[in-house]
Parts: sequence; C-alpha cells; structure tokens
Amino acid sequence: MTTQTEVPQRRGTPQDSGSTPVISVRRLWKVFGPKADQVPDSEELCGLTRRELMDRTGCTAAVRDVHFDVSPGEVFVVMGLSGSGKSTLVRCLTRLIEPTAGEVVFEGEDIRQADAKRLRDLRRQKFSMVFQHFGLLPHRRVVDNVAFGLEIRGLGRAERTRRAQEVVELVGLAGYENSYPDQLSGGMQQRVGLARALAGDPDVLFFDEPFSALDPLIRRDMQNEVIRLHHEVGKTMVFITHDLSEALKLGDRILIMRDGKMVQCGTGDELVGAPADDYVREFVKDVPRGDVLTLRWIMRPPADGDALDGPELGPDVVVKEATRAVLAADKPVKVVENGKLLGIVGDEEILAVVAGQEGGA
Amino acid sequence: MTVAVEKTEKPDGPDETGASGAVERPAPAKGVRKVSRSMVVGAILVVWLVLFLVLRGRQTLALGAADLTDLHRWFNDVNDSIGANRNSNPLFLYFFNEIRLVIDTLVTFVQELISQPSADRPVPQIGWLGVVGIAGYVSWALGNWRVALLAVAGFTFLGLQGLWQESMDTLALTVSAVFVALLFAIPLGVWAGLSDRFNRIVTPFLDLMQTMPTFVYLAPLTLFFQIGPASATIATLIYAAPPTIRITAHAIRSVPETTVEAADSLGATRRQSLTKVLLPMSKRTVVMGVNQTIMAALAMVTIAALIDAPGLGKTVVQALQSLDVGTAFNAGLAIVVMAIVLDRVTTAASGRAEAARRSKNRFLTWRRPLLGVGAAVTAVLVYLSHTYIWAAEFPGEAGTGRAISSGADTVTTWAQDNLSGITNAFRDAITNGLLNPFQTLLTDSPWWLVGAALVALGVVLGGWRAGITTAVCVGLLVGTGVWSDSMTTLASTVVATVLVMLLGIVFGVWMGRSALVDRLVRPSLDAAQVMPPFVYLVPFLALFGATRFTAIVAAVVYAAPVAMKIIADGVRNVPATTVEAATSAGCNTWQIITKVQLPMARGALTLATNQGLIYVLSMVVVGGLVGAGALGYDVVAGFSQGQLYGKGLAAGLAIVLLGVMFDRITQAAARRTSA
Repeated sequence: MTTQTEVPQRRGTPQDSGSTPVISVRRLWKVFGPKADQVPDSEELCGLTRRELMDRTGCTAAVRDVHFDVSPGEVFVVMGLSGSGKSTLVRCLTRLIEPTAGEVVFEGEDIRQADAKRLRDLRRQKFSMVFQHFGLLPHRRVVDNVAFGLEIRGLGRAERTRRAQEVVELVGLAGYENSYPDQLSGGMQQRVGLARALAGDPDVLFFDEPFSALDPLIRRDMQNEVIRLHHEVGKTMVFITHDLSEALKLGDRILIMRDGKMVQCGTGDELVGAPADDYVREFVKDVPRGDVLTLRWIMRPPADGDALDGPELGPDVVVKEATRAVLAADKPVKVVENGKLLGIVGDEEILAVVAGQEGGA
Repeated sequence: MTVAVEKTEKPDGPDETGASGAVERPAPAKGVRKVSRSMVVGAILVVWLVLFLVLRGRQTLALGAADLTDLHRWFNDVNDSIGANRNSNPLFLYFFNEIRLVIDTLVTFVQELISQPSADRPVPQIGWLGVVGIAGYVSWALGNWRVALLAVAGFTFLGLQGLWQESMDTLALTVSAVFVALLFAIPLGVWAGLSDRFNRIVTPFLDLMQTMPTFVYLAPLTLFFQIGPASATIATLIYAAPPTIRITAHAIRSVPETTVEAADSLGATRRQSLTKVLLPMSKRTVVMGVNQTIMAALAMVTIAALIDAPGLGKTVVQALQSLDVGTAFNAGLAIVVMAIVLDRVTTAASGRAEAARRSKNRFLTWRRPLLGVGAAVTAVLVYLSHTYIWAAEFPGEAGTGRAISSGADTVTTWAQDNLSGITNAFRDAITNGLLNPFQTLLTDSPWWLVGAALVALGVVLGGWRAGITTAVCVGLLVGTGVWSDSMTTLASTVVATVLVMLLGIVFGVWMGRSALVDRLVRPSLDAAQVMPPFVYLVPFLALFGATRFTAIVAAVVYAAPVAMKIIADGVRNVPATTVEAATSAGCNTWQIITKVQLPMARGALTLATNQGLIYVLSMVVVGGLVGAGALGYDVVAGFSQGQLYGKGLAAGLAIVLLGVMFDRITQAAARRTSA
C-alpha cells in the first residue's frame, strides 16, 4: 500500500496561543453499560484497561478522559482505528450521544448544561455534521435535501430554496438540483451531504468519516474539495477519519485515539517526527517522511568543521521541497528563523530521510 | 413411570455437552447431542407403542357428539345469562354495546352506500356503475392505469357472475374492518417503531393474534357482540391489524440510523423527524402492510360467514353445506377475483411514488388536470347510478355465473366419474395407511399416556420450558372436555404437516437450487397465499367428497406454499462458497443436497415446520365444514346450535391450546438448532 500524502502546506497554523478556542473539551468520558456514570468517578475503575473494565463492570468505555481545544478556523482531525471511540467522541461534541462525564465548552458555553431547546438551537445555527453514510432523504430531490436544515429552522420555501441553490453550486452540483439521491454516485451524494451541512452557515462543521465509503479516486477529489471549501469559507472543522494520509493531508492538528484514550495530539510533522509511543510509531511507519517532516526535524547543530556560508531555508520547509536545494548546494544549508541560525542540514540528513522512506523505515 | 425414565435420560444431553465442551459449549458437542436426542425420541415412541398395545381403549376420555361436560354447560349458562343481561349489565351497556353500535353504524353506512337497499330506496345509494367508476378512479389515482383497467374488469366480472350484491357486502365489511384496523394499527405501529419498550410489550400479543387460528376469536366475540356484522368486523380487524402494526414498526425501525441522526444534528424536533424523515421514508413499506391487512381482512370476512356475516363467504358456506360444488366454485371465483383486484391495486399503490419519480416529469404536469377530469367523470357515474335504475342494479341475468357453475358441475361430475378410481385409491391409501393408525394410537391410548408422551417429546425437542408449556396445555386440554376430539384433530394435523414438509422439502430444495424454477413457481405460491382459505376446499371437495382427507388436502395446499418459500430461502442462503467447496471435493448433487444444503438450512426447516403446523391448524375449522369432524366440527356446530355453543367454545379453546403447544415446542426447537 502506498500511503501517499499530498503537499502538506502549512496553512500558517492558526492556533497561535492567545486566541480563544471554539471548542474546548475537558475530561470527556463516554461509558456504555449499566451504572455507566460511576466509572469516570472511580479512580480504580479509570485505571483499568477496556477489557478489564468490561469484565469487571460490564461497561464499555468508548471515550476515556479526552481533552483538547479546537481553535477558530482550524481543521482538527481525530484519527483512530475502528473501535477507538472516535465516532462516539464526535457525537458527544454535539450530544447526539450523551457524554457520561466531562465538559464540552463551545464559545464559552458548556453544551452539557444546555436544555433540549438550547441544544436544538445550537444544532440549527452553530453546528452541522457530515456523515459517513450520507444520511440523505431518498424521497426528496437534491435541492430539498440541501434545504432540509433550513426547513427545520422554519425558513420560508422561497428563501430556503434560494440559499440551497447557492450552496448546491458551491459544492459543484449545479445541474443536479432536481435529481433524487439514488440517481447520484456516492461521491455526489456526499457532496449533497456537504451542501446540507453548509447550507445553514454553521460555525463548526463535523465530519464523521465522510469519505470512507467512497472510491479512492473520488475520495481524493472530495478531500481536495474540503480543502478548497475550507479556504473559501474558512469554517472550523472537526474531522474524523481512520486514514492517516487523509489526516495528514487535511489536518492542522491531529488527535490519535486508541481504545477510547488520547494517544497523541499534535501537528502532522510532530506525529511523524516525535511519535509519543510505539503505537503511533507503528502507525506513521509507512508515511513518506520526506513529505511530512520539515527541516526543523532533521537539522543538526553546526559542528566545528561545517561551512556556514551555504544557502538559507526556513525551519518549516518540508524535506521533500528542500531536497533539490540541499543536494544542489555544495555546502550544508542553514536553517534560519527570524535571522537566527537554528541548525544546518546537509546531504546526509536529507538522504537519511529520503532513502529511509524507501525501505519503509 | 416410563416417562420418568425418559425424563431422567434427558439431562444426560446437556451434561454431555457440559463435559465435552467445558469452556464455551463449542460445536463438536452438537453431533453427540443430536444422535442422543433422536434416539431418545425413538425410545419415547417405542415405549408409547408398547404401552398402547397393553392399555388400548382405557381412559380415553371419549365424548359423544351430542354429549356435554360441566364446563360446556357452564359456558352455555354464561352465554344465556349474558344474552339475558345484555341490556342491563353496565359493562355491556356502556362498553361492549357502545362498540357494537359504532361498528354496526359504520358497517350499515357502507352497506347502504354500495350493497344494501337504504332507508327509502329499493337500491343502495351508489349503484354498480358508480362503484365500478370509483374503483377504476381510485385504482388509477393510487396505482396506475393498468390496475385501473383490472379493477374495472374485475368488478364488472363480479356483476356478470350474478354476485354483485354479495360481493359488495363482502367489500363493505372488508372496507369497514380495514378502516377501523388502520385507524388503530398505524399509530400503534409507529409507536412500536419508536419505542423499544412498547415494541417488547406488543410483540407477544401480535404473535398470539396471528398464530391463533382465526375461528377461535369468533366464538368469544359472539358472546360479547352477538352474531352478525359487528362481531364479523371485530374478528376481522383483530386478525387483520397485526400485519400493519408489525410492518409499520419494522418500516420505522429500518429507516437508516444515519438519516435520523442527520436530522437530529440539524436540530429537528421529535415531531419534525417523525413527519419529515421517518414517515415519508417508511411510507412505501407501510403501504405493503396495508396490502397485507386488506388481504387478511378479505380472507377473514369470508370466514366470518360462519357467524352470519353477509357476503360471498356465506354463499360459499351454504353451497359447501349442501355440497353444491358449482355454486361454491362460482362464489369462490368471485372471492379470488376480488382478492386479485385488491392485491394488485395496493401493490401498485406502494410502488407508485417510485415509478412516478423514475418517469420523466412530463406526465406529472398532466397528472393533476387528468385527475380532476377523472374525478368529474366518476362523479357523473355515481350520480347516474344514484338516479337511474339501469345504472343501479347490475343488468343481465347472470348468465356468466350460471355458465361457470354448470361448467364446474360438469367438470366435477366428469372428475368423479373418471378419476374417482385414482383419487379414491390415493385417499384410501393415505387414510388407511397413515391417518387411521396414527389417529387410533392417539385416541385409543389412555389420555395420561398421550399427555406424558407429548410432554416428554416437548422436553426432548424443545427443552424444559417447552416441556412445561406442553404439560400445562395438556392439562388444560383435558379440562376442556374435548380430549378425544383434540386427539383426532391432532392426528390430522400431524399427517397434514408431514405432507406439507414433504412437499416443502421437495419444492423448496428445487426452488432454492434453481433460480428459474423459483421464478416460475413463486408467483403461484404468492397467489395461493392471497386466496381466502375457503376457496381451496371447493375443488378438493369435488374430487374427494366430504371426508377427513379432503380437509387434510385443503390444509396441505394452504400451508405448503409457506413451507416451500421458507425452505427455498433457507437453501438459497447456504453460502455459494460452501457448495462450491463441496462440489470441488467431488460431491454429487444428491450428496450436496443431503450433506450440505439441507443440514445448513436446518433453521429454515424447523421454522417451516412451525409455520406449516400453525397454518394447518388454522384450517381445522374450515375442514370441519367438509367432514373433518372433531374440533372443527364442534366449533362449526357450536355456532349453529344453541345447546352445543359451550362445546364449540371449548373446542375453539382446544385448537388454541394445540396451537400454543406446537408453536412453543417448534420455536424452542428452532432456537436450539440455530444456536
């Protein structure tokens, strides 16, 4: 399998410290089973593995003590294999599944305290979600599917059809407004799902493995579509996937989950460059490191004999893009940030990454 | 005491599995248990036979046709006292009588509309032309022009048969019952679809309503609602409502979770997700349920002729009782025609939205004005039929009907003259070779011996809980006072079920293995299931005369389609790779069937046995009309003769008890084999 990662352009990492997070998750738990609410409070039970907990109490802990912040405009990816609790996690954020314990703070408001009406308002105005299996209404035309959320809000027919038409064009479905969902291909159906989510002009978009059910080629199209839309509308996105290359391609930051627990949370190059444990290391093993790592990860401090008059590059340049420059220069390249020398990169370091990835190491 | 021995043998089964499969009761133990189980069954039968030979004719609890027990007399008294106090007892005055009044009013209203002369008119409000017009228009609006043509042709044919008024009575009862049934069934179905708890509560009741032989509610209902249209309608709606409840609940449940979740995530309220997502998405399936309800209602309305419901059923019953095959055939044909029309129209209705969507929108723009024109034409037809006598009473002398009757009579006579050698030989072979010995074994054994054997079989085949149910049922059967008749019925039922299973396995395997055969056979099976059960009796009555055997054959024809379908599906569901593996190992066709497909379809076989038994049992009363005797006869006689009312009621109860017993044993056995 070739894990092919495309141009991880650093979109000027928006989560600079200081901006208030849109979503802030604290000590979030979701436990299924009898007397589930006792599990998060009990120190002893918290310490058990999933299997042990199952044997002891008959409970399944789908999400265990998860915390993270999502900044405005960020694409935050939650990644894990099936059963890791990622889909449960994203549903807890909008309380499609009721969390067992913890806080989900959205724009300063704890969503868990919201009553049914407030929650509905939030869902109508602030969030929307794109689902793995689309969840379209087969008895409605595309445009009516897209307008569904607006209809739920009580918007008039003319108004919502006009808005829906705009969004249909935005996602590239112009000409298919009057088709029924089952007349469209999977990729196009998911565009309808995307349009439906965008129609309400929400603050945050949640994606639950939206492209897993699609063919690889169409999946790539749709990923590019999401990147394009993110550039155009700049929404905050929380994106669930089990596909590492998709995570690396889309995510500003990535949270890796395993058995309901957070394993590591960081940018793509942090995961590849500094895996938190063997699990993550195993995960990122096949990633073409040159595509993800930046010079910051491979530079070394200048030693005595090094010539320090080579060309300069920034620390966030991806190895793949720096390769030609480094190999062409007959002296090591200096990694410089704000006029300060951070380290140097020579042919050795570049080749270690570029050649290493061939062996899959 | 022998039973006690067998019962102690039984625990060995689980013990063996426990010993050999200590941890998780794995598959290998199965083989051991299976052998031992069939050996235990054999042992029970042998012991029973031996004891039968010794104890023959003692304590058989036989009861003469006119004899009554205390229970029966008590039922009679209850019936009399209810009859006497119907208008003074508050429960009746304010509850049952009110229900009867409402239903009666509804039925009378519909009857006066289309079938019976209304107050000051010699003819109903809407004559044949109006009814045919409405039938065509509604079929076209709900379905398509093809079913509209079918409806017009079918209804006209009913008139030509000379059965217009009878048909309209049947239609009026069916429409009223379906209307009331849907009024309850759809909301209940939606509720059961939404709430797991309600679904759990309601499912056993639905099971009971559907597995109980239909005639059984008739007797108690007449107690509360008197003989007549009200009881007929209520019995019909009890029988006909479960499919809609079940299918509606199923439809609501099978709306993909993501879609509901998507609506939730957009902030839909419960009402919004019900009206905008769940109901529209389950509409098509719900209409299928309505189709089943209508077909069940039609079947039941004809059967309700036994409690004096007007219509085609009555014509058939009267003709059957006087062995007038021609008339019975003519009326039976009318029932079939009506069944086909109702079935096709509702099936088309469930597919219409889909079909309209597929066709280009060209027709949709014309549809509305065309519907308007159609409505206007229909209104004119209705007006004509209301005003002019030629459009109100079906013209002609029913020549077609007479031709059909005499044709059927001719064929019958010919068949009796020329085929009686073959058919009688066949009948006698089955009767003397299979039915009589078995019936003797059951009726001439002491009751406690049969009971003990049944309980032991229940335990061995179905487990302890099934055994306990069997014991309770046996006890209650003895209590009903019709033990001997129950055993006669049991013998016929078992013989019929054996025949059903033979047919089921042969055709089921054939259909399961060949898609072509399946395509050819399945439509006729569907048609056979749509037909009301009365209709089967007619040709067999012609061929075999009024005997137990006729009833058995009719029951077999009624039950076999279900068994065939279930077995065919079971065989088809055997994974193709397994069959391929067997073929590559060098199995011939026979080996594949006996060593791979049938064993792997074991669950389907047990289910088919269960359904076969229940279907056969529900034909028992119908069989009573044509000489099956025993419980069926008791029930039928109970409806017609006051002093036998109590015995009929007890016989009805006995049928239910037999049904419950079979159902529990076979279901438990099915769970075991599939586990």
